[in-house]
Amino acid sequence: MHGRPRKSSSDGGSQEKDMAKAAGLQSLQTQFFKNHHEKIYTKEALQLNAKLLEINPDIYTAWNYRKLAIKQLLESESESASIKQSLDEELRVVERALKRNLTSYGAWHHRKWVINMGYSSLDHEFQLLDQLLKADSRNFNAWNYRRFVADMKKSRDEDELKFTTKKINENFSNYSAWHNRSAILSHMLKNKYGGISAKEQEMTEEYELVRQALFTDTEDQSGWFYHLWLLGQKIAPIGPKLEMSWPCNGSQLVIDFNEQSHAYVSDFDTPFGTDHCMFSEGIPLVLHFSEPVKGVNASTVSVNSLLLQSESLVWRPISPHGLQAKTWVTLLKLPSTNFRAGETYTVQIRVADTLGIILLNGYNFACPTALNFSLDIHTMTIRSTGGNFETVPLAWEGENFSPLAIDENKFPIELHLGNLSIDGSENQENTRWQQETLDREIKVCRELLEIEMDSKWAKLTLARLLIGQDMLSDGSILRSKRKHTDEVLQLFNDLIEIDPSHAEYYKDQFSLILLDKVSSGKQNLQEYFWDSKGTGSLSNGERNKWLRLHGLSLSRLGCLDQLLWVQRLDISHNRLRSIDGLEALQLLGCLNLSHNLLANFTALGPLRQIKTLRALNIADNKIGAHTVNSTRFSFPSALNNSSISNADTTRDADEEILEISWEITIAFKGLHLRQLDIAGNPANDEKCRRLLMKTLPSLKWLDGTSVN
Amino acid sequence: MGELEIEKHTQFIMSVEKKKDFDSMVMEHLRMSGAYWGLTTLDLMGKLDAVNREEVVSWVLQCQHDCGFSGNVGHDPHILYTLSAIQILALLDKLDTIDADKISAYIVGLQQEDGSFAGDEWGEIDTRFSYCAVCCLSILHRLDKIDVGKAISYVASCKNFDGGFGCTPGGESHAGQIFCCVSAFAISGALTHVDRDLLGWWLCERQVKSGGLNGRPEKLADVCYSWWVLSSLTIIERVHWIDKEKLKTFILDCQDKEHGGISDRPDDAVDVFHTFFGIAGLSLLEYPGLKPIDPAYALPVHVVDRLFFGQPH
Repeated sequence: MHGRPRKSSSDGGSQEKDMAKAAGLQSLQTQFFKNHHEKIYTKEALQLNAKLLEINPDIYTAWNYRKLAIKQLLESESESASIKQSLDEELRVVERALKRNLTSYGAWHHRKWVINMGYSSLDHEFQLLDQLLKADSRNFNAWNYRRFVADMKKSRDEDELKFTTKKINENFSNYSAWHNRSAILSHMLKNKYGGISAKEQEMTEEYELVRQALFTDTEDQSGWFYHLWLLGQKIAPIGPKLEMSWPCNGSQLVIDFNEQSHAYVSDFDTPFGTDHCMFSEGIPLVLHFSEPVKGVNASTVSVNSLLLQSESLVWRPISPHGLQAKTWVTLLKLPSTNFRAGETYTVQIRVADTLGIILLNGYNFACPTALNFSLDIHTMTIRSTGGNFETVPLAWEGENFSPLAIDENKFPIELHLGNLSIDGSENQENTRWQQETLDREIKVCRELLEIEMDSKWAKLTLARLLIGQDMLSDGSILRSKRKHTDEVLQLFNDLIEIDPSHAEYYKDQFSLILLDKVSSGKQNLQEYFWDSKGTGSLSNGERNKWLRLHGLSLSRLGCLDQLLWVQRLDISHNRLRSIDGLEALQLLGCLNLSHNLLANFTALGPLRQIKTLRALNIADNKIGAHTVNSTRFSFPSALNNSSISNADTTRDADEEILEISWEITIAFKGLHLRQLDIAGNPANDEKCRRLLMKTLPSLKWLDGTSVN
Repeated sequence: MGELEIEKHTQFIMSVEKKKDFDSMVMEHLRMSGAYWGLTTLDLMGKLDAVNREEVVSWVLQCQHDCGFSGNVGHDPHILYTLSAIQILALLDKLDTIDADKISAYIVGLQQEDGSFAGDEWGEIDTRFSYCAVCCLSILHRLDKIDVGKAISYVASCKNFDGGFGCTPGGESHAGQIFCCVSAFAISGALTHVDRDLLGWWLCERQVKSGGLNGRPEKLADVCYSWWVLSSLTIIERVHWIDKEKLKTFILDCQDKEHGGISDRPDDAVDVFHTFFGIAGLSLLEYPGLKPIDPAYALPVHVVDRLFFGQPH
């Protein structure tokens, strides 16, 4: 099936030969199946079978037959020597079959099945493997089999590691050898140190080995992939942790209540100062971790305050699936009857004081953190004026905006995450070694680039190393100390030119670095604050303050942990295909996604998790322009056996709307949108609009027109 | 270069079952999969009507054993061919001809203690079989019959240093295995186990200078990877990281414009396996005139939507 040249139709002579061969095979097969169905296991029958397997080792039924024959033999024969003789014959049959096709799964499995019986020499297996891996050093069946034999023999990891060293030294470009090395090394480190932290000495030797590969052939990828793995082992800043929260640690919220006891919250520590945000069900408390975790609940996170009832808080994971998420939310219900105006209450939160928060890899999240914030009760009878777009829709257009100057003092201060119980000295040691490694490897890349100026691998690795160094040097959340951003951005621009096939990958990385730059510190974020003069508002008639990251050619979102406080976000006029991660913004009320590259309704999946969203603009995207939906599996539906009610997505009474119904339902059901703008998408037709209005009962404005 | 020769490929597929040459004989044991590849390709090209559905169904049922389906009449049952059979019946909307509970029981019986799946009673373990189990049971709406949690954690244990997956724990990353593992996660709602950025980057680096894709580093490009790599990238939303135009050109260059069919690389011998994967790849690349294909179930989208959302044809 692979690697055979196309024959021309005029080759008559070889056709005859081929037909004869085919006839021969046919007759062997017919005979074999007769024997198989009649359970005939004579010596002649087995020889016929062996002949068949030599011609075609992929007939899996033929291998099954041999196992049946052996089973029958074992029932009648108990003498060890005789059994061993028969099994040795099996091994010979396998060897001949392998010579025909080194990747025959059936042959390899048969060998494994025989060896598992325990009668055969394992040393002989190693010898055979040496031969076969010499003939084809990338044969993964052989490498898998070697792992099996080594396991059976209880070989030491060190010896298997030596074997990979031998193969690497024979040929640096042996990805299979590097891969096996990574597996063995992980195993050894886990056993030796009982955990994930690598020790310096071992790792330094690995770096030396891989450096030889990199200098021998800069464009061979095997060494670079291994190098990246080595870096990943201990370069990420001190392990998983709580990255951010809303409210921030040390912040002071001012609360006003209206006649319906809805809380209006102002947060003096965000750039927008007195921006009232109305919560009718309770104040959200948002925790954002550096990686997905599960097990966030009332026993692993304690929230203490005078004004809270004693009932347990319920934490929700904000993720499309199941129980693991980076963002977790709970609601602090505040019945206003408990308060008096003029009082201040503190809220203390302790995360991971007790074990129970678990990472994806099964390990415990071991970074206990304490935060607190205060609530100043202001007035009890704020007048609620309009809001929720009663009279006119929100105006999205640029001409309605003007730059906003922010009082420099009103800004997110450093997130004071007091670490309760981290052994300071061990961390310092780790950090020192990480710094040294990064410095050294950056030097290696720069040396390589002097020899090979346009080496894509060296440039990409250098960019990653510089990003790593920046992340390491600040340690805490404050990002204004980034040193390498401009050089990294330039490297990605170079890569787009050197390696245009992967341009979109580099552009995505560029977007992430750009967002990191934008969100790192006061001066940078300042230029993205705007004031909307347009009427229509979320709250009580105040001017609308927006964070506008429009027109930045962003193809990817990131650094959203820095933007948890954002209520109005404009990321229009970019190149976004996905809004993955946006679900972290749990206070978002207005979102402008117009003029992007969103291709399906299901791409809006993250928005389902944002309960505060009221106005959404997805006009002028590509929804309906593509036949391929790459977000089909990213959100819960019957397709991926998620336990949401199927009633959501089965046959609609109105047959005409069936075609696009399930996607719209998944994207929009449960959202309390008051305003939606959708014009300029190919999918926007009458059927679509009808279904949208059906799915969004609270909708008041569709494309600027009143729904009623 | 140029166009997709739909008529020629249709004729090629229709002619495959009548071939009696050596190369065809050598593939008799996997005829069930061959039929699935051929029929699905015909549907993607809008040519399924050329086939006699009753004949196909009756042949498929001849391969049904007490437990599972075999690759051909008289051969032994195996999970690979059980999936292909179920996919064919789903495609032809004839799932009512089989006993779904019996087939589920067969697959459930193949699950091991550690969550992995054997291919048949002889115990070969491979993540390909995990995919077969999950995909097959999901089509039959009986995924809850197996221990899904264990099945997923076994597949997750096959994750490698590069973000990819192999046949068994410790096995080297290979695009075919990656497709099986990523799809198994997708179908079970467990995509959190995939590091999309790391794996997406490893996958996009499969594109070589010719524009084709290989299955692992330093190997030759092959049309079948247009499916294994492309579908994985689609599921994890990173397909824009490869150069789609160059890949399209590579696939079209692998056609045999005279006799129909697609080969692994230009000017090699064609077969139905590469014809399917080439055309499925083109469908994922939105080549005009082809029906869309579901990247995880590897069946046309209209079939999958019918199965799960009760949509009409």
